[in-house]
Amino acid sequence: MADMLKKVPVREQDPKVRATNFEEVCLGYNQEEAMDEATRCLNCKNAKCIEGCPVSIDIPGFVSKVKEGNIEEAYQVIGKSSALPAVCGRVCPQESQCEGKCIRGIKGEPVSIGKLERFVADYALEHEIKPVGAESMNGHKVAVIGSGPSGLTCAGDLAKLGYDVTVFEALHELGGVLVYGIPEFRLPKQKVVAKEIAKVADLGVKFEKNVVIGKSTTIDQLLEEEGFEAIFIGSGAGLPMFMGISGENANGVFSANEYLTRSNLMKAFDDSYDTPIVAGTKVAVVGGGNVAMDAARTAKRLGAEVHVVYRRSEAELPARVEEVHHAKEEGIIFDLLTNPKEILVDDNGAVKGMKVIKMELGEPDASGRRRPVEIPGSEYEIELDTVVMSLGTSPNPLISSTTKGLDVNKRKCIIATEEDGKTSKAAVYAGGDAVTGAATVILAMGAGKAGAKGIHEYLSQK
Amino acid sequence: MYKILKAEKLADKIYLMDVHAPRVAAHCEPGQFIIVKLDEKGERIPLTICDYDREAGTVTIVFQIVGASTEKFAQLQAGDSFRDFTGPLGCPSELVEEDMESLKKKKILFVAGGVGAAPVYPQVKWLHEHGIDADVIVGSKTKDMLILEKEMEAVAGNLYVTTDDGSYGRSGMVTAVIEELVNDMGNHYDVCIAIGPMIMMKFVCLLTKKLELPTVVSMNPIMVDGTGMCGACRLQVGDAIKFACVDGPEFDGYLVDFDQAMKRSQMYKTLEGRAMLKLQEGDTHHGGCGNCGGDN
Repeated sequence: MADMLKKVPVREQDPKVRATNFEEVCLGYNQEEAMDEATRCLNCKNAKCIEGCPVSIDIPGFVSKVKEGNIEEAYQVIGKSSALPAVCGRVCPQESQCEGKCIRGIKGEPVSIGKLERFVADYALEHEIKPVGAESMNGHKVAVIGSGPSGLTCAGDLAKLGYDVTVFEALHELGGVLVYGIPEFRLPKQKVVAKEIAKVADLGVKFEKNVVIGKSTTIDQLLEEEGFEAIFIGSGAGLPMFMGISGENANGVFSANEYLTRSNLMKAFDDSYDTPIVAGTKVAVVGGGNVAMDAARTAKRLGAEVHVVYRRSEAELPARVEEVHHAKEEGIIFDLLTNPKEILVDDNGAVKGMKVIKMELGEPDASGRRRPVEIPGSEYEIELDTVVMSLGTSPNPLISSTTKGLDVNKRKCIIATEEDGKTSKAAVYAGGDAVTGAATVILAMGAGKAGAKGIHEYLSQK
Repeated sequence: MYKILKAEKLADKIYLMDVHAPRVAAHCEPGQFIIVKLDEKGERIPLTICDYDREAGTVTIVFQIVGASTEKFAQLQAGDSFRDFTGPLGCPSELVEEDMESLKKKKILFVAGGVGAAPVYPQVKWLHEHGIDADVIVGSKTKDMLILEKEMEAVAGNLYVTTDDGSYGRSGMVTAVIEELVNDMGNHYDVCIAIGPMIMMKFVCLLTKKLELPTVVSMNPIMVDGTGMCGACRLQVGDAIKFACVDGPEFDGYLVDFDQAMKRSQMYKTLEGRAMLKLQEGDTHHGGCGNCGGDN
């Protein structure tokens, strides 16, 4: 019997072993463990966990099916709300969403909703259980731009309602950030992402890769020439930011996007693929978000000594606690309250080190976090051969600059309403990072759902 | 899959292919590029667009063997396919976007070096089709490496061919021809568009600065996605960092930091890599010499 105060522990790869391979860190529950954990759910009438879920999964509903051992039905309960449960079970910040609201969490640990979702979704992938699609098509054509979390969710929801949906993807693989951003060891590409996308295709969604909207064709042309009646833009975050310090264009300085794209999308970690990656022997990752943790843990697996350089203290690290914990277990060194001043470059134009300065926390700034302030005279140099800048992104202008009447805000993000994804342009909806700036997979999925709802309402009235 | 309809060897290590890619063919303009990927495990390789046929839905690409991926491309025949072919990427040439009346008043000089003739050709052709004849200098290492001479002749105003070793046409560098045209012949040009190895573009810009001839260059740094996402292709242009894939590939040649760009393009040419390439390719030039910028 499960301890009612504690989660059934989940098996993980040993930190020493996993720091040298790209296999998944977390091994997940088996059926026995999942059923055991499910008994901890109180099946609250007024379930707070559902409120915490951006896509409103009937959590007590699916957990009670797990408790009964009826995993297939549990999957159909989740499938009503989420197109990507195997992904969400792995990468959602459950601690601040569903599990953060769980009543069990008041006295002890909350129910391990994320791990249960993952178990159910993996079971469905293994047993090839298909989601339930539309009974008949309604004849309306909708285009979705981007095959990341928001686009896939929007496409899946619309297909279930009978729409004829085509997803356009700029890259050569489907999945957006799920394939180029999140590493294999957190989210396996073939075993999980590809299979979960195949389920969206099973709903009747069509995919066209290698189409860069704004270049290969435009939003206006899709509406006017290709017969699409509505469009959802889920084109993702965009251009990586740099610090603007001296030496930043040296060989050996990468954006986290480039470093991760080479490793994840182009599989540079695998010698049988043609794309190279500079592994580095001593690597600094600048930044403290989830992307920084992914880059740091990737560099570690490629054999480097890795430092995370972050200007605030541990309490302010924007990354999930679980990711920081995993990174530390794997031997990543955290240089906190430290900020780069200059990248030192050798005669060949390659990185040889970084000048940094110690910081202390001052008064709270606009974000409510205490502002880091330089400690005068505390500069020192560290020897390095690789620097990965993980400072966030600014929106890609490819779509907004080529679409008539599509308004953006002062941060150049597309303006769209939260409830239904409506933009300033008729028939065009948007959501995910293209609207909010870089955020999480599940928030993007929530926006994809909202967009699908908005498009359904719009086309139902037409 | 994107089918190759024609594959032709233009010169030593330089190949031309017509690829069926209707979306690209329908939207591309002179100055833009594509990214092509051979198979599942291949690299994404950016290549300039040499020509296009909107009706047939084909795009013509020209490439030089510079490494393992282009070596594999060179093996392909008509009837084979690329797994991925994305584009058009980057901004069209400024000429295409300019007001036709003011463009018609301009005297334009193109300078093409090596396979740089491929991206120059569609611009000269486009101008020719709009009733504007531009002068074109084509430079090549040797006669055997000269490409697209006949095609260029058909669309250029005056065509000046020069080879480094004097094996064909004039003898010497493209910069010598620019000096001859401007200084000796007294030609006036309003703008120069130079495309070729980075080292050539650098020296062209040093000269045209002296001649006060505004110069546009087309950069082809290392890229991964080609859509602005990764920043691998960043360049120092004046005070700003620019991404060649979305801000370019064309930039004001006076402002580009060529020395930095050349160093960046050497990033993956490690000693070990050079040794491996030497093994595969013998002692032929493959861009890792440190002198040529390693591009094309």
